[in-house]
Amino acid sequence: MNLEAKIPEAPIEQMWETHLDHLRLVGPRNRPHYRVIVVGSGLAGASAAASMASMGYQVDCFCFQDSPRRAHSIAAQGGINAAKDYRNDGDSVYRLFYDTQKGGDYRSREANVWRLAQLSTQIIDQAVAQGVPFAREYGGMLANRSFGGVLVERTFYCRGETGQQLLLGACSALAQQIAAGRVRMYPRTEFLDLVVIDGRARGIVVRDLVTGQISSHAAEAVVLATGGYSNIYYLSTNAKGCNVTATWRAHKRGAAFANPCFNQIHPTCIPASGEHQSKLTLMSESLRNDGRIWVPRNSEDTRAPSEISEKDRYYYLEERYPRFGNLVPRDVASRNAKNVCDDGLGVGPTGHGVYLDFRDAIADHGRDLIDDRYGNLFEMYERITGESPWKTPMRIYPAPHYTMGGLWVDYDLMTTLPGLFAIGEANFSDHGANRLGASSMMQCLADGYFIIPVTIGDYLSRHPYGEIDTNHSAFSDVERDVRDRIDGLISIRGSRSAASIHRELGQVMRDHCGIARNATGLQAALGEIPKLRERFRTELCIPGSGSDLNQSLEEAGRVEDFLDCAELMCRDALLRNESCGCHFREEHATEKGEALRDDVNFAHVTVWEHAGEGVVPEPTKEPLSFDALPLAQRNYKT
Amino acid sequence: MQRVGTFYRSVIGKKAIVAATGAILLAFLVFHLIGNLKAFLPDPAPGVYDIDLYSKFLRTVGEPLFPRTTVLWTIRCVLLVALGLHIACVVQLAKQNRDARPVAYIHKPARREATPSARWMLYTGSFLILFIVLHLLQFTTGTLGSTGFGESVYANLYLAFHKLYFVGFYAVAMLILALHLFHGAWSLFQSLGLDNPDRNLGLRRFAMAVSIGIFLAFASVPAAFYSGLMQAPKPAAQLTQQFEQQR
Amino acid sequence: MNFTLKIWRQRSHSEPGQMVRYDVDGVTPGMSFLEMMDLLNEQLTVGGEEPVAFDSDCREGICGMCSMVINGQAHGPARATTTCQLYMRQFEDGEEISVEPWRAAAFPLLRDLVVDRSAFDRIMQAGGYISVHSGPKPEPNSIPIENALAEEALDAACCIGCGACVAACPNGAAMLYTAAKVSHLGILPQGQPERYTRVTRMVAQMEHEGFGSCRNYAECEAACPKEISIKFIGRMNRDYLTATLRRPIKRDGPMDSQ
Repeated sequence: MNLEAKIPEAPIEQMWETHLDHLRLVGPRNRPHYRVIVVGSGLAGASAAASMASMGYQVDCFCFQDSPRRAHSIAAQGGINAAKDYRNDGDSVYRLFYDTQKGGDYRSREANVWRLAQLSTQIIDQAVAQGVPFAREYGGMLANRSFGGVLVERTFYCRGETGQQLLLGACSALAQQIAAGRVRMYPRTEFLDLVVIDGRARGIVVRDLVTGQISSHAAEAVVLATGGYSNIYYLSTNAKGCNVTATWRAHKRGAAFANPCFNQIHPTCIPASGEHQSKLTLMSESLRNDGRIWVPRNSEDTRAPSEISEKDRYYYLEERYPRFGNLVPRDVASRNAKNVCDDGLGVGPTGHGVYLDFRDAIADHGRDLIDDRYGNLFEMYERITGESPWKTPMRIYPAPHYTMGGLWVDYDLMTTLPGLFAIGEANFSDHGANRLGASSMMQCLADGYFIIPVTIGDYLSRHPYGEIDTNHSAFSDVERDVRDRIDGLISIRGSRSAASIHRELGQVMRDHCGIARNATGLQAALGEIPKLRERFRTELCIPGSGSDLNQSLEEAGRVEDFLDCAELMCRDALLRNESCGCHFREEHATEKGEALRDDVNFAHVTVWEHAGEGVVPEPTKEPLSFDALPLAQRNYKT
Repeated sequence: MQRVGTFYRSVIGKKAIVAATGAILLAFLVFHLIGNLKAFLPDPAPGVYDIDLYSKFLRTVGEPLFPRTTVLWTIRCVLLVALGLHIACVVQLAKQNRDARPVAYIHKPARREATPSARWMLYTGSFLILFIVLHLLQFTTGTLGSTGFGESVYANLYLAFHKLYFVGFYAVAMLILALHLFHGAWSLFQSLGLDNPDRNLGLRRFAMAVSIGIFLAFASVPAAFYSGLMQAPKPAAQLTQQFEQQR
Repeated sequence: MNFTLKIWRQRSHSEPGQMVRYDVDGVTPGMSFLEMMDLLNEQLTVGGEEPVAFDSDCREGICGMCSMVINGQAHGPARATTTCQLYMRQFEDGEEISVEPWRAAAFPLLRDLVVDRSAFDRIMQAGGYISVHSGPKPEPNSIPIENALAEEALDAACCIGCGACVAACPNGAAMLYTAAKVSHLGILPQGQPERYTRVTRMVAQMEHEGFGSCRNYAECEAACPKEISIKFIGRMNRDYLTATLRRPIKRDGPMDSQ
């Protein structure tokens, strides 16, 4: 497998400019002859489709939601980083690069991370020009807030709905191009397979979710902007519809998957209230600034939290990490919550929850101040749980949130399959083993607005346009595969919904491939997943047919791909015999229980190729180099 | 011209027309009311009523530059056109609104904000059309209720409002007018884009004051005549005789 | 908790639909309304019946996908809440709950509770954008924006495009949606060059889609999960009326420097 990342030969500060200078271009008169397919309409997809179309390319954009604006980027809350240094606090491209690289625990590609930091400032400029109403200071200048894990204030925000505003900005640019006739938008249309001809991605096969019609679309290049796969855990902060199908199908058609086991678990989510829970809601991490996290010392303590006396409360983060206390990084907070719950100290109806208590903060600072800071979050919590954080402590539990792993891409964001590009959360490139807050939107928009529109030109310029249309036999072959697969799923006629099997898969993944992993658990998971898949293939029930709107069918197709992907995730987690970032292998911890990286054996990206149904794949390694920023151990103690 | 067409065809344009014509009609009501209240003014001379002089003034205003009743008819035409546009736009909008929801909800929607005044605009408006016709037939052409005292408005009022059913009808009509204005007098500012949160409360109060004021003031005239507060018009003997005959 | 649900079932736009009764038990107060629907669908699936089709995605009240008229109210009885954020503790045990789709000519029904809201997207495509290419842009702080102005723009921009305003409006009007979109860009300095063409085009598209007209009921504001104020409708009316007084700008082509 060719894992040539095509990193330009230049000092890291000048790599991107050097690259731009040497990229081949497509002339404005030729661009309208090229057709590009973009799958997904979130921040990455919408910005890429709009940018390429405004350059003159013909773009077909697909999303499974009823409108591009509903992609899950819309739910991003906190903000977006940019190395603007408006606060004069020493921020720079290097600092942002440094923070991202260190935050990712040195498992990402330096060249990509530097470029991301470099482009961050342009994103803000672009968004403001589009009419994104970022928060402003009284003087009319852009406001900043600070965000976890960094020492500067570089986060731009629109209240708690930055993702929504940035997505609306990107979607407005997209709307403009749709109106201009340069983007054909296909909402309620799901990507089901990739068409590869002569080793190049040449089109896709999709299903119209309303009519059930299967159709083919040809193009000179295909861009996947289909997000992450945290829904593999069934319960996550992702939207119900988020899935791995596009990336997984592309993987089966030849695109390599990198670091599938890297997924981030967010520590402050509202815990599941019972069996029926369909998703988890994120609460802003800022709550940890004033809230104290604890569980009862005694697992049999059934008293109401307010009646538990100080000596019977176990403030485990404050006791274990006296210096950082409740403000330890995300992964540490998540891991410790899991530990205490595994020890039987968890609270709430499911036993998977810890208290986040504002009693002391209210006493110290007064109700007004706390209301000012967290009033809306308290309200949201009360609406969901029916309990008032003013009277009783909140309950929180970590939830899967973001997948750093994804399709392997080179510096041009092209996968190992020529003509297939992956951008945003769908690729693996920028966040290593852990993503810092307020950097996912930055990556999506850097990819979509500034990188892919130029790098795709380099690829396109090397190939003629209009060679192939959907009459090519490869399209009918793939369409047949897709139909067979759908018919196969419908004809099982068992008695279980796809959701119930998905829920079981989620349990296996949470137990064995979640916050903390170990070889025994991962092997157990690898034993259970095939059994689950077998059950799926024999017991699945999809009422109705494939020829109209059938949400059971949509879900079943996605669960089938999750089942396959879960196996690869566990395999990758088992192979990565070290702890790094969010990937915590219990065998590899310091005496105090901290993650222990193994830079000698694992300073690489693990890249997996599909080897065929039922064949255990062999990974390839892309070694990582650390020239701009030497390796160092993450340190939270001092 | 094309712009006028586009403007008229657009929903916001039509609403603006409804609002603007509504404002004209409201202004007319205020003037009409001032005229009515002249019935309460002391008589300038025995047998001469202020309201009759006013009525004569309306017919002769503009003379000699304009012939008699020219100004009056001009105003009447403006009002008629305003009313016509008001109704035409509302009818067209109502049809459009009905088409916008071809399938109704089965569970009857509970309204959270809309006041009865707002919800009943079409009904109160339809009633007011009927009222205007009857009112004109009675007091302008004199074909209804055979008041027939020529140009003596005072005498006509006196005779009409000695009958309980007329008083009752006018009181109900003014109540319905007030209900129409309660929504309309605020809504017109919103439709013309003149409302904003700073002004909203003031405009709501304005609408409330307008509707209550119009009701009380308009209803006061029939009430006063019916209750006998107003003197019988002179020459009394002649009038009384006729009055007796009618009864 | 147990509930009797009366749900609108309709296979497709062209087939007739009806309310169908279902009993669900085993509901807990902590379930969201959609989770209760999931539970019903699970029961139906196991029984071999076709589940009720309904839209939902983020389930945290921001994507605007969920859309149910519950007991005659868009998004149900709670204020400032989407269907996905409505919890069963809001209802009485044993209650009968009716569930209907958004009803509007411009939102044709696709199946059961799923409607086609692409009319909203077409309103956006008619002018809901600031015409800019991607690429280097001027330094954003070179155009200071008053804090209150940015906040007001955000008050409008936080519209999630769910369509509850249309569903709740007795006239099936999309005035609040369109006004929110027009105002978001119309308030900001960046949106000024296209302010009047934008409002003209978006309103024209809104009418073309077959939405009703505004009668200033303010039902939309009451149903809006983001509590967007009807002051933006007044603002849009003002902009629209101003636009009609100005000389129309001819824009036959796309924006374009090409």
